[in-house]
Amino acid sequence: MPYLYLLATFLFVFGIKKLTSVKTCRQGNRISEIAMLLAIVATLLIFSNLNIGLILAGVVVGGAIGALIAKKTPTTQMPEMVAALNGFGGLSSALVAIAFLLIDETLKDPAKTLWDTGAVNAISTPATIVIGMVTLTGSFVAYFKLSGKKLVHPLAGSNRHLAHAALGLAAVALGYWQIVSGSHAQMSVATALLALLAAGLGALLVLPIGGADMPVVVSLLNSYSGVAGAAAGFVINSPLLVVVGALVGTSGLILTQIMCKAMNRSLGNVLLGGMGEETVAKDAKDYKSIKSAQPEEVAMLLDGATSVVFVPGYGLAVAQAQHVVRELADLLQKRGAMVRYAIHPVAGRMPGHMNVLLAESDVPYEQLWEMERINGDFKNTDVVIVVGANDVVNPTARENSGPIAGMPILDVDQARTVVVIKRSLAPGYAGIKNPLFEAENTLMVFLDAKEALEGIVKEVKELK
Amino acid sequence: MDPVFLLIFVFVIASLLGFELINKVPPTLHTPLMSGSNAISGITVVGAIICAESGEGWVAQGLAFLAIVLATINVVGGYMVTDRMLASFKKKEK
Repeated sequence: MPYLYLLATFLFVFGIKKLTSVKTCRQGNRISEIAMLLAIVATLLIFSNLNIGLILAGVVVGGAIGALIAKKTPTTQMPEMVAALNGFGGLSSALVAIAFLLIDETLKDPAKTLWDTGAVNAISTPATIVIGMVTLTGSFVAYFKLSGKKLVHPLAGSNRHLAHAALGLAAVALGYWQIVSGSHAQMSVATALLALLAAGLGALLVLPIGGADMPVVVSLLNSYSGVAGAAAGFVINSPLLVVVGALVGTSGLILTQIMCKAMNRSLGNVLLGGMGEETVAKDAKDYKSIKSAQPEEVAMLLDGATSVVFVPGYGLAVAQAQHVVRELADLLQKRGAMVRYAIHPVAGRMPGHMNVLLAESDVPYEQLWEMERINGDFKNTDVVIVVGANDVVNPTARENSGPIAGMPILDVDQARTVVVIKRSLAPGYAGIKNPLFEAENTLMVFLDAKEALEGIVKEVKELK
Repeated sequence: MDPVFLLIFVFVIASLLGFELINKVPPTLHTPLMSGSNAISGITVVGAIICAESGEGWVAQGLAFLAIVLATINVVGGYMVTDRMLASFKKKEK
């Protein structure tokens, strides 16, 4: 029977590998689903002394809630959902470590301490609790930030780092107490305090990180939940958990690294940066010469255009405008224009967010152009239509200072005309002014993305 | 050899494998990969099941139950949402 675990592990590796290529990704997900099922069935077969009723009830309740969440969540709220699910996984690992304190054979003897269960197992217990709880609260702070809630850290500047360091040290001390405490009553107190403290620390660590950096944070927390699973594997002596947890942990780390590179920042800079707190541009009065336009003017502009590039951003997702944008693109293509989409790696609120969204409305894969590939081409583009994007087209990123300095951007300002569809002049997630809006060649359309695009589609149809 | 050493051994090897596994991922797949590996991190459900031993006290059973519920939410929700995303990629390949 333990060989079933080996087979499951093999299928997990195989599945993850297949997930990294467009052609095989769906198959990869299937394979990893089968691996998970196999792992669960194998566990039920290998361990004889299990409370099957309790397990079934847990799986049914959890499965129903999970299915409901997955079915009900619109594509636009995917980032939040992934964050929330991740938090549940982290908490589950922490609970496994806590529950195991109560059922461990060695600890049944009241004279024994956690240390007596073996050094690695002992150290893994507080480690699992800390990583699991940090994943839980960190993920939920990310969840609220992604849903647009403004959450502020209670402390500022160096006090903040000092407080985090102090909490970290306190966690180490509590973990030590948990391991060596003479009585089980003391161990319980230490465990409870450790879980609470780690929960607080997780929230505080994510609070100062700006909304624009959430894709990085979510993928990092994803990696943490894997590490928490691996640590739980050390607690209960399960090679399956150790291997699969480690796989998720490191692959999540790689994804995090890819995200950081896309923003030209180091991971440390993201985690300590606290970007998104400065709010420089509050409203329209910071801008001098704004040219605003109506959908019919945009349609006229598109009439003569031979090359059009759409730049989607989070606003597209919010307005659910992915289908209308496709309709307009098809229309323009029929009129002989070359249509492409410029995808910034961190557009939206999660890595690859725009790709998922546009795929939903069947935009052909070849029309999606990555930033490096299309940037040199903007100077030959007649019209760029920015739909609900802001920071990823902000030319201040080319300057030496400021919150987004050095972040690679889409050079849309080099196009002949830039049309920006945006509800207001409010700043993006980075909270800074965007000089693109007052540029000579920029037209602003102050409408909801869907409304504006529907208007443009209607006008273009009447052109002929 | 101490069995714990074997665990550390597989942890190190699996970590290296994780690094190697994901080197070039097209941006299109960043989200599905994230939510897919998120579902996989629900493997802790196995640990939760092992903790649900019969004959233990109600606190242990309660904790195990809660852990199973949470991990299953993670697993089922994660896989379903990943599949939903990938299904939208699949459509246009035809």
